[in-house]
Amino acid sequence: MSGSPNPDEYAPRILVFSTINISDPGIDLAGSRHLEYPATVQTMAVPCSSGLKPSWLIHALDSGFDGVFIASDGEECAYLPDCAERTSRIVSEAQAEMSVRGLHSQRLKMAAVCSVCAEPFAKYMREFSEALKPLGRDSSAA
Amino acid sequence: MSQADIPEAAAAGQEGGQPQRRIGVYICHCGGNISDYVDVAAVRDALKDEPGVVVSESPVFACSDGTQHDMIDDIRAQHLDGLVVASCSPKLHQVTFRNVAKRADLNQYAYTQVNVREQDSWAHPHDLAGATEKAIGLVRAGVAKTRLSDPLEPLVIQTVPRTLVVGGGIAGLRAAIGLADVGIQAVLVEREPKLGGWVAGFGATFPNDASGAEEVAGLLEEIRQRRDITTYTNAELTGKSGTFGDYMVELTLHRDGSDKALSVNVGSIVVATGFDSYAPDDGELGYGIQGVVTLPQFKEMVDATPSGQLTHAGRRVRSIAYIYCVGSRQGAGGNEYCSKYCCTATIHASLQVGGIDSSIRQFHLYRDIRAYGTNELLYNASRDAGSTFLKFADDALPAVATLPTGGLGVTLVDVLTDSRELTIPVDLVVLVTGMVPRENRGLVGVLKLPVGSDGFFNEIHPKLRPVETVVDGVMIAGCCQSPRTVGESVAAGLAAVAQSAALLKKGFAELEPLVARVNPEKCIGGGECLTTCPYDAITSIEWDARTIASVDPATCKGCGGCVPVCGRDAIDLLGYTDQQMRAAIEEMISTSEPVKEPVS
Repeated sequence: MSGSPNPDEYAPRILVFSTINISDPGIDLAGSRHLEYPATVQTMAVPCSSGLKPSWLIHALDSGFDGVFIASDGEECAYLPDCAERTSRIVSEAQAEMSVRGLHSQRLKMAAVCSVCAEPFAKYMREFSEALKPLGRDSSAA
Repeated sequence: MSQADIPEAAAAGQEGGQPQRRIGVYICHCGGNISDYVDVAAVRDALKDEPGVVVSESPVFACSDGTQHDMIDDIRAQHLDGLVVASCSPKLHQVTFRNVAKRADLNQYAYTQVNVREQDSWAHPHDLAGATEKAIGLVRAGVAKTRLSDPLEPLVIQTVPRTLVVGGGIAGLRAAIGLADVGIQAVLVEREPKLGGWVAGFGATFPNDASGAEEVAGLLEEIRQRRDITTYTNAELTGKSGTFGDYMVELTLHRDGSDKALSVNVGSIVVATGFDSYAPDDGELGYGIQGVVTLPQFKEMVDATPSGQLTHAGRRVRSIAYIYCVGSRQGAGGNEYCSKYCCTATIHASLQVGGIDSSIRQFHLYRDIRAYGTNELLYNASRDAGSTFLKFADDALPAVATLPTGGLGVTLVDVLTDSRELTIPVDLVVLVTGMVPRENRGLVGVLKLPVGSDGFFNEIHPKLRPVETVVDGVMIAGCCQSPRTVGESVAAGLAAVAQSAALLKKGFAELEPLVARVNPEKCIGGGECLTTCPYDAITSIEWDARTIASVDPATCKGCGGCVPVCGRDAIDLLGYTDQQMRAAIEEMISTSEPVKEPVS
């Protein structure tokens, strides 16, 4: 996957976990507005970011993704009033496991993305992709 | 393939004793929206040999009637037990293709929609190779989810036959009446002290000269006659909880300097909050100079002068220049849209002026006249009545100044008259101001309304789902969506009525059965999950002489918040099981293409 108009340039592969009702529509809106971000960003929607298992985040990195981004519901979650805290705990657990396994903590990011956060999302993706480049493809390098 | 071939074919693909799935995959061109930026044929071919994929096609429009019939034929002829469509956002067509599955007697939850438009082709228009490979990964992940899907049936909830209408302009008023007429109670809230919105302030309006004020008065009388409509002025929607079909909304009533809170149970919400008129900057086309007014100010002036002389600031008006497209079609960074109603509204007002005093000279300075449909007849009538139309270029706006001799001078280069510069002395300049989105930050926050780049609210689909939003059960109607005429706003209000009726009249709604499920073999009754669910959906039960957790499917909201809490991985969210998520992740990243080495 080139993910970049320049095929020689390394483009980190990023898996985004979005939420069906909040952040996924925001990501849709980014596309509807043709706000470009690297094509190496792929999205998987779940109902709520508090339902993500830390093991899935690790599994994504193990499977070849260079970075995982959780586009969380934040304060807007329609299900859980403490969604932001729950998702933060999931990220902390995953990062603890990543540390044990020598995975760089910067490979996992989380930010609240609202249903109209098109521009912030595209910006997050461009920035995250740039931040991952110096880490290289070998996700086991700390 | 004949039916007799199926067992053999299925047996050949068995994995671990399980018969292999028979999945149909359809990658949509979306008439170029996808295929212009993604090599759809390459995606189709890449999926052909995926385990379990029996059909891999790439229709021009997956949502067309013809393709839907083809899918049903394929499901029946090929005995498919899974369906994957890679097209637009699930918000748009998930229901469409679930219905295709249902019509072909295939369990609708064996269908997976893969978004390769909003989240692929439209986001990567300059990276065909990258977008194509991304699509292959996304579709493979979709196939993996379908491959591991279980047949499920929707959960049924009772719906509340009551709709909240936010905004008491003409679209909201007409919607409230329509709701009551189909047997749905309407609760209407209006932020302002009076109902009626913009139209209540209008005299004669196009296309038929009907008085806006009289039309609104008629609607208010109709509302008074209907017991099923409750209206609140000086009131705002300030909170919302619950789910579609059964929302609890919080209203704040501003009463005599204090606020009163009111909770109302509703099944759906119609937002009809209207527009604001563009306010020119000081100095913009002479705005601020005595005698330069906006279209709403001019309309008020004309409506207040039924016959005789038209006057402004105590002086008789003998000549008027109208400058069109003020605040609309501004180019990048500004209001790029056409406000649509203002050409005809101005032409109509100029005909009113002719009726007041036919001696008034009227000059229309325009970029393009968009008096579409039968409004063209008003345009013709205006010219026949003596109005002069002069066209200026997009990049050469007219200039407005006070003349040394008094009065106003409007200078333009008329591209229809040998591009000569003209200065027209007039008594009054009307800036034909367009519509801008109304400030509704609080409401947007409460309802999570999707706001477009132009500031207006976004419907799911401008043609096929013109009043629905991505928020289930929340609809938008009228000028809060985009500039439009009174008739078009009312039509949208009534479309929202029809949509509310479709949601609520059955008395029940079907909810996703994608709820949490405890694996009793794995659960050891550790209890971490029992306190994690704010809806108390998880309880302890006795099972096989052991205490284990159990999820009540009717109470569970399907968030999955309990899933990561279990230390034994004993809880799965249906549709997002551990097995499905892991398989989808693996398929998404797998690629037949060599991966480039990182730049060290």
